[in-house]
Amino acid sequence: MADFTSGFWSIYITVLTLLSIFGCGLLLWSQSRHKVVLPVDPLAATSITLDAPASAVAQVGTTGHVWDGDLTELNTPMPRWWMWLFYITIVFGLVYLVLYPGLGSYAGKLGWKSTGAYQDELKKADAQYGPLFDKYLQQDIKIVAADPQAHAIGERLFLTYCAQCHGSDARGSKGFPNLTDKDWLYGGAPDIIQTTILYGRHGQMPSMAAALGTDKDVENVAHYVLSLSGSTADPIKVIFGKAKFGSCAGCHGPGGVGNQALGAPNLTDKIWLYGGGVETIMETINKGRNNTMPAFKDFLGEAKVHVLAAYVWSLSNEKSNLYEQ
Amino acid sequence: MNNLAPPEAVIKMYAAREEIYPREAKGRYATWRWICVWLTQLVFYGLPWLQWNGRQAVLFDLGARKFYIFGVVLWPQDFIYLAALLIICAYALFLVTAIAGRVWCGFACPQTVYTEIFLWVERKIEGTRSARMRLNKQPWSVARVIKKSAKHSVWGLVALWTGFTFVGYFTPVHALMAEVSSMGLGPWESFWILFYAFATYGNAGWMREQVCKYMCPYARFQSSMFDQDTLIVTYDKTRGEPRGARGRVTAGAQSLGACIDCSMCVQVCPTGIDIRQGLQYECIGCAACVDACNLVMTKIDAPPGLIRYATEHAITQRLSPKQIRQRVLRPRVLIYIGLLFLIVSAFSGALITRTPLKLDVIRDRGAMGREVEDGMIENVYRLQVMNTAETAHRYKIAVSGMPTISMASPDEVNLDGASSRAVPVRVRVDPKSGKAGSNKIFFTLTALDDAGLQVKENAVFFVPK
Ligand code: SF4
Ligand code: SF4
Repeated sequence: MADFTSGFWSIYITVLTLLSIFGCGLLLWSQSRHKVVLPVDPLAATSITLDAPASAVAQVGTTGHVWDGDLTELNTPMPRWWMWLFYITIVFGLVYLVLYPGLGSYAGKLGWKSTGAYQDELKKADAQYGPLFDKYLQQDIKIVAADPQAHAIGERLFLTYCAQCHGSDARGSKGFPNLTDKDWLYGGAPDIIQTTILYGRHGQMPSMAAALGTDKDVENVAHYVLSLSGSTADPIKVIFGKAKFGSCAGCHGPGGVGNQALGAPNLTDKIWLYGGGVETIMETINKGRNNTMPAFKDFLGEAKVHVLAAYVWSLSNEKSNLYEQ
Repeated sequence: MNNLAPPEAVIKMYAAREEIYPREAKGRYATWRWICVWLTQLVFYGLPWLQWNGRQAVLFDLGARKFYIFGVVLWPQDFIYLAALLIICAYALFLVTAIAGRVWCGFACPQTVYTEIFLWVERKIEGTRSARMRLNKQPWSVARVIKKSAKHSVWGLVALWTGFTFVGYFTPVHALMAEVSSMGLGPWESFWILFYAFATYGNAGWMREQVCKYMCPYARFQSSMFDQDTLIVTYDKTRGEPRGARGRVTAGAQSLGACIDCSMCVQVCPTGIDIRQGLQYECIGCAACVDACNLVMTKIDAPPGLIRYATEHAITQRLSPKQIRQRVLRPRVLIYIGLLFLIVSAFSGALITRTPLKLDVIRDRGAMGREVEDGMIENVYRLQVMNTAETAHRYKIAVSGMPTISMASPDEVNLDGASSRAVPVRVRVDPKSGKAGSNKIFFTLTALDDAGLQVKENAVFFVPK
């Protein structure tokens, strides 16, 4: 067990726990009876009634503790069942510690683990909702996308697992693609979306600064890139930049239309992953970009990803009103 | 024998419970006690079977986290109402206690009520107090075994029915009934039915006064609500003492008090105390001793009321009932009433104006604010909309708070009855109409078919620099 840095702490906790429990038992046992000194006249002790002199009552009816010379503690006994409840509690505690983890690194006879309890919950949920997801898994993604219930499930899944990066409205943000337009880095066909979610993506653009040459060259290429999408750019720089664009064409293609097999963005539209200003584009060229979309196959399983893919596909392929169902 | 050391004795700090055999009390207060038993049990056993709007009228559906109480459906967000209700109950209890002592304990507390029911069964099967005492002393015989097992079986049945009813408040009782009759109860339902049945059986059959004396926290602090004008069950010492047995002679002749020391008041007491020793915390204020002593007083042709409901002042200052009543409205009571009135009006006001619609706004943190067409700035929110009414509604989403603000995504949403959903929305603003940074905006949700059904939530709109 890696719970403790050294075996000492496990023993320390075990010993402390057991000592405390036995200590409680001992205390209970020692306090259940008590010796008191009887009054001088033993007869007075045996015949106490309410009419007996107060001193006699006081002496026998007390626990025998005296403070400050005359302060005594009355003995109003607790009920015996109460004491037995205490003993039962102690036994319960010991049995519990044998069955469940609690004594240092001892795992308990039942082998209970919090992770095991979590897995059980998951299994139960899967058993309950599994059939529904399996039904969708058999269907074509486009058919699933048209199913209102699947859409609602997909929306919930998206809000839980995807909205952190792509936004609740799926329109993305800087560095995170918008999923509601027709522009796709890797392709927007249903099965490609599904592959993206299942296995994740790793988008990499190396730094091109060295390949392009000087800072001036970088700026020129940035202007050329801007001009590709019809954005305003310095015409002179565009001309110089075009000459240098060859280094970029390997991924983005000679015309800058991108390559979905590589995940290289299309540079000829006005959709930008990081922003469409000269500064941003220069930064991209200089430093490169490194993007990761995590794989969800192991985490969510194929069936859920199927429903999720249908939802994402529907975002850009229908007059899909998020609120009409 | 040389006995120089003083003699010692071992005293026990834990004592076995002594069986108490309360004698049946008959009289005004006994009747009241039975009325309370009937009322509380009619409500308790009957309520789960009541239907309302095609569902169980009172159902605490823990699984779905919804509490149905007649026309009201409470969600986890409404927990404050339950808390308020508990506070109201507590204050009402304080108020009643300040005025009339432990009447709750003696007349309406489940512990008392079930003990009363179980005692009734016991009396029907085992006989009167003396018969029961004899039965428990005699050696085990067939008759004793039969009587005892009959008693415990009836107790068990009452307890099981109580446990069943209790669970019926948390899971639909009709379905539960069907499950019970087809022996198809789930493990948790079986557990809770048996658990509650066992608790009833143990508490009302075996623990009885021990619960009041040792387990009930209320018994321990109710004295802080008492003062000298609180009504308590009191033995009128000046009239009763010196006590002593005698024939049918007038009290004065023997210079004895009115108490004939018949110990009837002790015999009927369910907690086994002698009220003539003064107010004790064990006394649950059930007034059984009042009934018993009044009966005795009538028999010896003395006026009743040797033991009666009176206040400490009433006894020491010999106040008349009218004077006692005049002292009810003292500062302590007025403060309790004032507080109770405040809480009850706040509670009912809140409950009446409660809209069965809730809205939580969660701002997307991934994108602070993005620029879209025409230089407009867009923020994304997730609206958690909860329709806590029982019917479906269509709502209009509106934003306000900045001059050019508008919804950029569909502004209507459908929700089924008693359901909730997260709605992603986009809101657009011309950056010139707001300051850079945070701007306060409002989301308003209005039911299309009922303009009164409206909630407003504030949120923050972020305009990037
Ligand atoms: S019932 Fe009345 S008369 Fe009898 S002992 Fe009690 S106080 Fe005295
Ligand atoms: S003393 Fe009287 S009022 Fe108090 S518990 Fe006993 S019978 Fe009831």
